[in-house]
Amino acid sequence: MSFRTAARIALAPRRTLASTFLSNPSLCRRFLSTEHRKAIDDAVHQHPLVLFMKGTPDQPQCGFSRAVCQILDVQGVPQDKIKSFNVLEDEDLRTGIKEYSEWPTVPQLYVNGEFVGGCDIVLSMHQNGELEELLAKNGLAAPLPEQAK
Amino acid sequence: MVAQSEIESTLRAALPKLARIEIEDQSSGCGENYSVLIVSDDFEGLITIKRHRLVNEILRKQIAEMHAFSQRTLTVKQYEAMKKAGTL
Repeated sequence: MSFRTAARIALAPRRTLASTFLSNPSLCRRFLSTEHRKAIDDAVHQHPLVLFMKGTPDQPQCGFSRAVCQILDVQGVPQDKIKSFNVLEDEDLRTGIKEYSEWPTVPQLYVNGEFVGGCDIVLSMHQNGELEELLAKNGLAAPLPEQAK
Repeated sequence: MVAQSEIESTLRAALPKLARIEIEDQSSGCGENYSVLIVSDDFEGLITIKRHRLVNEILRKQIAEMHAFSQRTLTVKQYEAMKKAGTL
């Protein structure tokens, strides 16, 4: 189901805008509609790993998105466990995702509904071992045997 | 187009413990693609995502005008340790 479809049929809002968003008047220039928020919220909760990116894992259209895909690949996450959304194909999603997470850039990685981070954070978590731990804990990649570390 | 000096002054104003800042314009001059290393004890006790959120918030206006923004956020202690280990 596309985001547009999901947004149309979505009914009730599940979350309110975070307080920080409302406390700063300069941030109120555009509000994410409850329908779109619900569609994004559903997507990140329906799949264990969701990546909002530019392009697709097979054909990334931005170096940062490519880097995250490569890291997931190196971590041994199977392709079929990666649910990706191409923000270049959906302008509403492209702006909406930034408001949903209050994070200004794409790519954005979510694991079981939790926002993990963008490229910089995923890379640093990859380097310090936190990503492997997170993926293994959520059954998205097998943990490395001790001697291989 | 965002000037390098604007990024630096905005961060300086918001992070009183800023010890070091390295801004690299990776856009070959068009001012839309920056990579920033920020060393400050203002980050002490914050996990990485909170540090990045703090910087995103400080530079909200500037980041919105850029094509790409990449950041590394370290405390003075982390910076010194990484420098010593050659992993910076």
